[in-house]
Amino acid sequence: MSALVNAVRSFLLLELGKGLFLTLKYFFKPKVTINYPYEKGNLSPRFRGEHALRRYPNGEERCIACKLCEAVCPAQAITIEAEPRDDGSRRTTKYDIDMTKCIYCGFCQEACPVDAIVEGPNFEFATETREELYYDKDKLLANGDRWETEIARNLSADARWR
Amino acid sequence: MLKLTVNDVEVEVEEGSTVLHACEEAGVEIPRFCYHDRLSIAGNCRMCLVDMERAPKPIASCAMPAGDGMVIRTDTDRVRKAREGVMEFLLINHPLDCPICDQGGECDLQDQAMGYGLDGSRFSENKRAVNNKYMGPLISTVMTRCIHCTRCVRFATEVAGVPELGAIGRGETMEITTYLEKTLASELSANVIDLCPVGALTSRPYAFTARPWELNKVESVDVMDALGSNIRVDARGAQVMRVLPRLNEDINEEWISDKTRYAIDGLRRQRLDTPFQRGRDGRLHPVSWDEALKSLATALRKAKPKGIAAVAGDQADVESMFALKSLMTRLGSSNIDCRQDGAKIGGKRAGYLFNSTIAGIDDADALLIIGSNPRIEAAVLNARIRRNWLASRMPIGVVGPKIDLTYDADFLGEAPSNLDAIADGNHKFAVKLKKAKRPMIIIGMGAMTRADGAAILGKARRIAEAYGVIANGWNGFNMLHTAAARVGGLDIGFVPGRGAMDIAAMGKAARAGKLDLLWLLGADEIDFDAFSSSFIVYQGHHGDAGAHHADLVLPGAAYTEKDGIYVNTEGRVQYASRAAFPPGDAREDWAIIRAVSGAVGKSIGFDNLAELRDALCAAHPHFADVDQIAPTKWSSFGGRAKLSAEPVTYALSNFYMTCAISRASETMAECVRANGVDSSTAAAAE
Repeated sequence: MSALVNAVRSFLLLELGKGLFLTLKYFFKPKVTINYPYEKGNLSPRFRGEHALRRYPNGEERCIACKLCEAVCPAQAITIEAEPRDDGSRRTTKYDIDMTKCIYCGFCQEACPVDAIVEGPNFEFATETREELYYDKDKLLANGDRWETEIARNLSADARWR
Repeated sequence: MLKLTVNDVEVEVEEGSTVLHACEEAGVEIPRFCYHDRLSIAGNCRMCLVDMERAPKPIASCAMPAGDGMVIRTDTDRVRKAREGVMEFLLINHPLDCPICDQGGECDLQDQAMGYGLDGSRFSENKRAVNNKYMGPLISTVMTRCIHCTRCVRFATEVAGVPELGAIGRGETMEITTYLEKTLASELSANVIDLCPVGALTSRPYAFTARPWELNKVESVDVMDALGSNIRVDARGAQVMRVLPRLNEDINEEWISDKTRYAIDGLRRQRLDTPFQRGRDGRLHPVSWDEALKSLATALRKAKPKGIAAVAGDQADVESMFALKSLMTRLGSSNIDCRQDGAKIGGKRAGYLFNSTIAGIDDADALLIIGSNPRIEAAVLNARIRRNWLASRMPIGVVGPKIDLTYDADFLGEAPSNLDAIADGNHKFAVKLKKAKRPMIIIGMGAMTRADGAAILGKARRIAEAYGVIANGWNGFNMLHTAAARVGGLDIGFVPGRGAMDIAAMGKAARAGKLDLLWLLGADEIDFDAFSSSFIVYQGHHGDAGAHHADLVLPGAAYTEKDGIYVNTEGRVQYASRAAFPPGDAREDWAIIRAVSGAVGKSIGFDNLAELRDALCAAHPHFADVDQIAPTKWSSFGGRAKLSAEPVTYALSNFYMTCAISRASETMAECVRANGVDSSTAAAAE
């Protein structure tokens, strides 16, 4: 009996029809894919992208060379050297992140007592050479200047849960 | 013995102990800030509160004498609450600036706040702020962080003997200050940095450069003076970042001198990192090791065996001296000397050791110092003398110019001829020596380097024998060296063989043009004018006087860059370890000597450090006993000539610059500027 039903089903191409109907159904549904890079998806304020070193509104760099990010980094991607600046304050002379080592865990921004090192919303920083991914202090501070608006907005959006 | 019960554990402590000792004996950790084993008891931080049976309130265990039958509890709710309360009070005015504080990561307050404190603050008022004080080029201050434990004040007053630190004001306005905003005039001043339980006093040269968790810690031995202070060398990568004291009750307890701690920045400057050879233009040119070894081999082959000499410097390790001695023996020369200052010592071992041991100073009840300024030559040892003097007011006599030793001393005249009167028993100090049960004599290099050094040594020995300095298992006859390499060199016999030349004879021979080749193993303090005609080989780590006059420079390793054996002034054999690698093409010293032996084709019988040490221990068995002092038989030594009436000069006048490393150090140069060139003699002249 079942052999007969199967034979009729395959003869009438029922499965094919079912599949084509599904296709037809999705044809009229709203699209979920986006046209990257012309369209972009929504990012959480907690998104952990490219690193940046922030400044205070008066232009003073936030980082105080406490080296907690260096200590907490599980990939040991951060290298810091510090010494007293001319005015006697504690500052870094070198702040390097090896972005090829980084695993984007976000521990560095959680360890930072002054919100200096943050992982910003930028994820489009692919480079053509490996060397370009060895970020130094200037590059990180430039990132901070470029993304400050977004970073500040994300931090304030997330502040309630921190 | 007193019997106490601590948390149901019965312990016995000695009469005079405190409750805190009893708790420690019972294995209970008591938090504390102001209490320190080696300082007097202040009892002002209140962190060590414990419960005592039948006491209405918790008691401060550091200040409470232990009594028989006391029942102590440290685990009650009341004790826990008391600690939380004290912690909260301390943190009311302590800033939350741990991220920028150098003490962060090794801070007593941080640790104890984690262990015994509450997790939040109920204090919303303003914190107090205090102006920072100037304490010299070594100590950086952030006085807002101070919790007024007064450890630094007690250290300066009691141990260092410079009562220049103190607290002014009361309550919230209390401040620790130097009164006059001047440098702490002590050779031990930087120990207050280790003592400070918070980040109020931190190290200025080390400021902000590293965190404790990123440092490689290596246990080693200091070579800045002859004490062989036990140190911990903290290195990051190839760079030595700081030196800290390591506990050794027999030598330095837990102090080190400022030079030991801070001369290390000299290890980064003026370093020899490649071999150099003097060219036809009279300038030193960098050459490869191959070329350097080849030209040295040629020079060694060309020189007559009798015309070859070697001098070991003040910081040479025993291995390299032993290797150099073996090579010189194979070359047929015994013109070797480890006494570049020309000291008339050597031979009988009891005649050049600190026989009573450094810990023996605690037992002495009279002290005669001959031609030594222990404050400069061995600052940590001087603190021990001062401690004994504070407790017993033992009579101390000094033969030499007037100096400020941080304790009272009778200055018995500047000339060694004053020893005659003491030996005859006509001197008033002789009576004090006679009365003493454990008299002690300390002879310094200032006396030994004189022309009549041997006579002074002989006279001192006769005084020692006549006044019971050597009696009943007590040997108070002590030589205080200034060079870390000296005792090791004398122990392995790095002295001229029969008929061979010592340093003075080498100079004479060189002036007569009879010295073909002089090999300096880190020796910078010799009279180079005499040796202008000789081919000088300088093996060392710094571009100091030796390298300046050398015809061939072989870059060696400094003390932090090699495993080495050092023998301190007591004759204690200590092994130092490598904390970093030598810079550039520099090599460990014994390896350089081994390479030269290969180049001249005279094998010295070992190819690695283990074989070298085996050979060394076979020749001198006591080197195998690490941290031990080989027992020494008393014997006759010294000369009998007449003592001169010429005043003694001390071996060192400038504490901060005594070797190639400290001369290259910027920090030491700053200390010299801050203290005046010659702090001790200037103070004595006042």
